[in-house]
Amino acid sequence: MAEKKFEASLSRLEEIVAELEGGELPLEQSLKLFEEGIKLVRICNVRLKEAERKVEILLKDKAGKMTTKPFEEEEG
Amino acid sequence: MQTHILTVTQLTYQIKNLLEGTFPDVWVEGEISNLTVPQSGHAYFTIKDERCQIKAVLFRSSQQHLKFTLQHGMQVICRGRVSVYDPRGEYQIIVEYVEPKGVGALQKAFEELKTRLEREGLFSLDRKKALPALPRRIGIVTSPTGAAIRDILRVIKRRHPGMSMLIYPVPVQGPESAPAIVEAIGFFNREKNVDVMIVGRGGGSLEDLWAFNEESVARAIYGSQIPVISAVGHETDYTIADFVADLRAPTPSAAAEMVVESEEHLRELIRSLASRLTMSIRQELEHRRDTVQHAARLLADPRTRLEHYSQRVDELLARLVMGLKHPVRRDRALLTSLTGALDHLNPLAILARGYSVTRTIPAMTIVKDASEVRSGEMLSTKLHKGEVISRAQ
Repeated sequence: MAEKKFEASLSRLEEIVAELEGGELPLEQSLKLFEEGIKLVRICNVRLKEAERKVEILLKDKAGKMTTKPFEEEEG
Repeated sequence: MQTHILTVTQLTYQIKNLLEGTFPDVWVEGEISNLTVPQSGHAYFTIKDERCQIKAVLFRSSQQHLKFTLQHGMQVICRGRVSVYDPRGEYQIIVEYVEPKGVGALQKAFEELKTRLEREGLFSLDRKKALPALPRRIGIVTSPTGAAIRDILRVIKRRHPGMSMLIYPVPVQGPESAPAIVEAIGFFNREKNVDVMIVGRGGGSLEDLWAFNEESVARAIYGSQIPVISAVGHETDYTIADFVADLRAPTPSAAAEMVVESEEHLRELIRSLASRLTMSIRQELEHRRDTVQHAARLLADPRTRLEHYSQRVDELLARLVMGLKHPVRRDRALLTSLTGALDHLNPLAILARGYSVTRTIPAMTIVKDASEVRSGEMLSTKLHKGEVISRAQ
């Protein structure tokens, strides 16, 4: 789980927006950056959506191996 | 008078019964001296004040609770029982609990460890790892039954309903606590199945929180490749774990607030970046389109072209008139080219083909009908070259 894609994508996206808003770039480069930015927006949104919504607890089985099972909370 | 003679053993046993029966549980304070700790691990020393001293022993089994090192000259408060050691006829106090006088033992141990680890660099800020903005899964090391886990789950679910969590259940007090916490941190680091972890428990006494002041726990947190948020007790509780952790949360609920940005906030952030992105490119394109359209309009608009030509016609006509007025001063070639250019516009051009224009003198009205000319009237006839003056008959 060492992947830091979301952070990297987000900070690159911020960089690109700032550069485009600066408005000093040749058209071709602006379009290139825009395209990259759109891809990054998509990556970030995908990461936000792909959440598993799973809450699990680890258990040690008889052999001492760790297994997971859903964590049931007593409500209230 | 009958004298009752006792054996040494009998006397010793009577003294033993008397002493041990009278002092089964005493507290005594004094200074430690003559401290020795042989191979057995039991600590032998004397407790003394200005006048007296008493032998004392702290068996190895009773040293587990001890959070500081006994030292010669240390002022202590001991709790224990008085016991007689038969073979030597000596009495001593068997100490079961000891704490430094003045400061609580735990407090002293805490300060000692804190100073030592700080000196070693375990708390240094440049070793702290940044938390991920959007962890894919959060590890939680705590008791599965306490208020802490409920608070953490509740807050994370509220802020980020999609977040996945993996709970590593550990006892959070008692002697098994610290080793279990160390194992849990090690497990997550081996498996790398979480991006960040919260290690903590709810409030309690200093003794209750003690696992989080253990050196082994501090070192496990320090060695963790995965960022650790400590969340122990209440705002006012500081543990060694808090100093080593990458981020200290004042409470378990606060840790849950810190561990991940709210989903709504992240969505909003991305939304606004996306709209700024499209807005800026749209502005740029519109600006460029305007420039191009302006140029294109100048080139392509038929009215513009007409104006352009009519202006050129005016200019050519003016030059032609000049040429007609001052023929000698005009360059013939220029005149020819100008008139050639205006062939389709200039009615006088047909003169070159032999036609002529006749006007009355002095009115200079063009004669289009012979009946308009009276006999004897003077006429001017303009030819291709020159002019003829004549009288009508």
